[in-house]
Amino acid sequence: MNLATDPKRKVAAAEPGHNHPRNSGIAFNEEAVLGPTVNLSAVERRTASLPARRSVKKEYQAAWLVKAIQCIDLTTLAGDDTPARVHRLCAKAKSPLRADLVEALGLADDAPKVGAVCVYPTMVKPAVEALTGSGIPVASVATGFPAGLMPLDLRLEEIRRAVADGAGEIDIVITRAHVLGQDWTALYDEIAAMRAACGPAHLKAILATGDLKTLRNVYRASMTAMMAGADFIKTSTGKEDVNATLPVSLVMVRAIRDYLQETGFKIGFKPAGGLRTAKDAMNWQILMKEELGREWLEPDLFRIGASSLLGDIERQIEHFVTGRYAALNRHAMA
Amino acid sequence: MSTVKEILQTMDYGPAPEAKDAVTAWLAKHQPGFRHYIGGAFQAPRDGKLFDVHNPADGSVIAKVAQGSAADVDAAVAAARAAFPAWSKTSGETRARYLYAIARHVQKRERFLSVLESIDNGKPIRESRDIDVPLVARHFYHHAGWAALLDTEFSGLGPVGVCGQIIPWNFPLLMLAWKVAPALAAGNTVVLKPAEYTPLTALALAEICDEVGLPKGVFNIVTGDGETGAAIVNHADVDKIAFTGSTEVGREIRKATAGTGKKLSLELGGKSPFIVFDDADLDSAVEGVVDAIWFNQGQVCCAGSRLLVQEGVAERFYDKLKRRMETLRVGDPLDKSIDIGAIVAKVQLERITKLVEQGRREGAACFQPSAPMPGKGWFFPPTLFTDVAPASTIAQVEIFGPVLAAMTFRTPDEAAALANNSAYGLSASVWSENIDRCLDLAARIKAGVIWINGTNMFDAAAGFGGYRESGFGREGGREGMIEYLTPLKKNSAKDPAKAKLSAEPTASAFEGKPTLDRTAKLFIGGKQARPDSGYSYSVLDAKDHAIGQAGLGNRKDIRNAVEAASKATGWTALSGHARAQVLYFLAENLSARADEFAARLIAMTGAAKKAARAEVDASVSRIIHYAAWADKYDGRVHYTKARHVTLAMPEAWGTMAVSCPDEAPLLGFISLVIPVIAMGNRVVATPAPLHPLSATDFYQVLETSDVPDGVVNIVTGERDLLAKTLAEHDEIACAWYFGGAEGVALVERGSAGNLKATWCEHGARDWLSTEAQGESFLRHATQIKNIWVPYGE
Repeated sequence: MNLATDPKRKVAAAEPGHNHPRNSGIAFNEEAVLGPTVNLSAVERRTASLPARRSVKKEYQAAWLVKAIQCIDLTTLAGDDTPARVHRLCAKAKSPLRADLVEALGLADDAPKVGAVCVYPTMVKPAVEALTGSGIPVASVATGFPAGLMPLDLRLEEIRRAVADGAGEIDIVITRAHVLGQDWTALYDEIAAMRAACGPAHLKAILATGDLKTLRNVYRASMTAMMAGADFIKTSTGKEDVNATLPVSLVMVRAIRDYLQETGFKIGFKPAGGLRTAKDAMNWQILMKEELGREWLEPDLFRIGASSLLGDIERQIEHFVTGRYAALNRHAMA
Repeated sequence: MSTVKEILQTMDYGPAPEAKDAVTAWLAKHQPGFRHYIGGAFQAPRDGKLFDVHNPADGSVIAKVAQGSAADVDAAVAAARAAFPAWSKTSGETRARYLYAIARHVQKRERFLSVLESIDNGKPIRESRDIDVPLVARHFYHHAGWAALLDTEFSGLGPVGVCGQIIPWNFPLLMLAWKVAPALAAGNTVVLKPAEYTPLTALALAEICDEVGLPKGVFNIVTGDGETGAAIVNHADVDKIAFTGSTEVGREIRKATAGTGKKLSLELGGKSPFIVFDDADLDSAVEGVVDAIWFNQGQVCCAGSRLLVQEGVAERFYDKLKRRMETLRVGDPLDKSIDIGAIVAKVQLERITKLVEQGRREGAACFQPSAPMPGKGWFFPPTLFTDVAPASTIAQVEIFGPVLAAMTFRTPDEAAALANNSAYGLSASVWSENIDRCLDLAARIKAGVIWINGTNMFDAAAGFGGYRESGFGREGGREGMIEYLTPLKKNSAKDPAKAKLSAEPTASAFEGKPTLDRTAKLFIGGKQARPDSGYSYSVLDAKDHAIGQAGLGNRKDIRNAVEAASKATGWTALSGHARAQVLYFLAENLSARADEFAARLIAMTGAAKKAARAEVDASVSRIIHYAAWADKYDGRVHYTKARHVTLAMPEAWGTMAVSCPDEAPLLGFISLVIPVIAMGNRVVATPAPLHPLSATDFYQVLETSDVPDGVVNIVTGERDLLAKTLAEHDEIACAWYFGGAEGVALVERGSAGNLKATWCEHGARDWLSTEAQGESFLRHATQIKNIWVPYGE
């Protein structure tokens, strides 16, 4: 099998803000989905030792944490979200790090900002307003987030509305039943339809891995989503019992590597839910660098879906700058 | 220094050095030279000689260490001997407290020991910190437990005495723990020699022993080189030698200790296969390879150094592997982001370099990642050879470096054949998502440790040790404790009288009308066979009259018998129940001919009728005893790590040799041959030379009892002559010898060729006693294979 020579494959040029040709998707290939196997114990062994195999200290650590900030999809996905709350979040997204710290890091001429702001569809407009001119894209969850159990036409319409309101990225959820029932073509068709509905907006496929249970399912769903044209694959909605874990992430990034090998397309990865500390962020960064390479540390190929992570990163950076341990109340909240 | 802005471009890891101040200070304190640890005191070498110890990461001299002389070894053995009576009588629980204290102190000094180990050996701090030192503590904890349980779990056994332990440089402190913990738990005292390249953590542990108040002389260290080791091996007052190191030196030690009565365990080299099937989790298998051959710079006896990949996925797997090799970081062992540290010594680096050059010359494709090597120190890049033929040097020789030799296979049969195509048999790693296939391979591979979908997994609760020329004896678990224990009851010192078997005619014991002549033949491959020599010797009765003749077996008869035994593999494949049925049938048929067998004993030995009958009855009982055991001597599931089944399975050796004693011509033969075949071995047995006719009569019983051809082969003749040939036969995996002291030496020396396991006794046993049967016989008739099966979905 060589998917790279698939006649249906169309290579688009890289888009602004993205350094790689966009994934056009490929025809469904059952062998690529079902062929590879995953061994849980071996995956756990790798992820248990990985954070201990690399250590990033001092100015390197500070730089890595700045990079992590640039990859954060600063998120609010709560029932009590309001436009004002979203404005506040966007303000934080534009200045995630206190000005004196930015200065001390020598980054004043190009202050870091987060990768995107991630909200519900009705909050897209206020977010777009607040972020105008910042260059920060708005990501909208869609397709009946978080469960996805709405009629398909409504889910597709939800995507179109969010895009029309200005969302540059759509975080879709998949129908877990297709995975649990091993109906890969149904999953493929559904995601392909969503990708079509996205138009120019980038599609991030949330696999809700906590619901899929086995790592084999995670691999198969990852590969299917990429074949169907996903620009990113994402672990979780943040609402499952178990969200992003290193073993699940390892399997997903290995699938990204296999897809790259077969098609030449670079797919992004977004762990979401459960990353709360600077140490968590760095563990995932190490995973990306070791398994996929340097390019996957940049926000066009790596995002972290998080709400509380930024606060811990700010404190760690303050500690690097001042040598003193920091308190949360000394950093602006989102 | 790079700015944050610059690093944001490169996203390099940057340096992450582990602090070494405490170790530097300790080394400075000992700048004049480290001393031996003898009798609870640090003692200067008696002849004042010191040698240099280097840091492999930069080649610098970091310490001067005492060069142990014969006089130093004498002093250490004397101290250990003096400490033995009190230590061996110390209660198990008290010994447990000392071991527990050592474990705790190792934990309290974990970073110091890790840093010291990495400086001394060159291994990455990640490994010494996360693997070596935690396992050291784990071994002392585990064996503290055995000390406490010794009386109930190992009744009838006691400590061996003074143990001489010689350990290698690849896991200096861990190998110390593997040896010292069980020895002390069992009540032995120890003289340990650390490797000359890496003696420092052992000396640090001596300080810990001091700190916990271990009684003086229980644990002694003499540092030095091979000569110091030889002085320990050859010391007359040492009762046991435990050695981990090269097969070459192991062989020398086997020869040197032959006939000395020293107990011996050897953990030697390997060329272990790492087998990847087409349904394996290939990415995880790639990580497995990293842990198999690039762990500790490949300087691991159980390193997965032969990669066997199924043809259909080979190219894909090599691609993945090469990509992964590009991310391996080689450099300063004390940097926390380093995967591969320094090679322990310059000579080792030269050896690796030479073998890699040879691999290139022999035509294999060589791949090394593009990253440059550090400018100083002894480093070697991770290396992958593909297109390696089984016949090439790098596929056969243990390189003991970060060098992997890869070849492909087509079928599971071929994988097993390639895996077993080695003189070694230490470990194997099998990768497939099909558990049937994994366990099938695990059963077929001749190795002491099999890892399924994993590699280099260790735990104190599981036995570690090899098949074939990887040595014998186990370290860890219950099977490891046995190596430091010996039966409390000893044989009588009386050796059999030496008798020369004569091919000359002898006066007959029979008078009057001649009985119909009965010809005792050899029994080979299920057939009665004339001796190759064409000679027979007269079998004499108690009054030296001939009562018949037996064949004078020679080398060629042994060769034929071993060949027949090697082919009878069907017996080994049978279930225990199936073998039990054959044994019961055997007992039945012997019982039916009890009178005849009793008469033969009386004729041969002049035994009283009652005694002769008792021996026959005991023989029948003994067969029934082992028929009972045949489906019950099963293995264990060791408690190692969570979500792992670690199976410890006793397996038949395969082809065994048994030299039977003179006393109890029938019962001695039965007591040795039956447990051997009950466990599934095939055997070449030489019966009591002076009284062989009970055994030759017995082949008729074998013939009528459904014992398959080749399972029991009987060659009569000179015991020691035949035993020597058997001991030197490379197809024999284990040899038992019950005879004279000289024969023991012959067999033990001869066994050095393929490093077969031996069980040798001289002096007389009471074969009628129940101590002449049971588990110890079954244990010697089997070797333990540990199969690690992690699970999870």
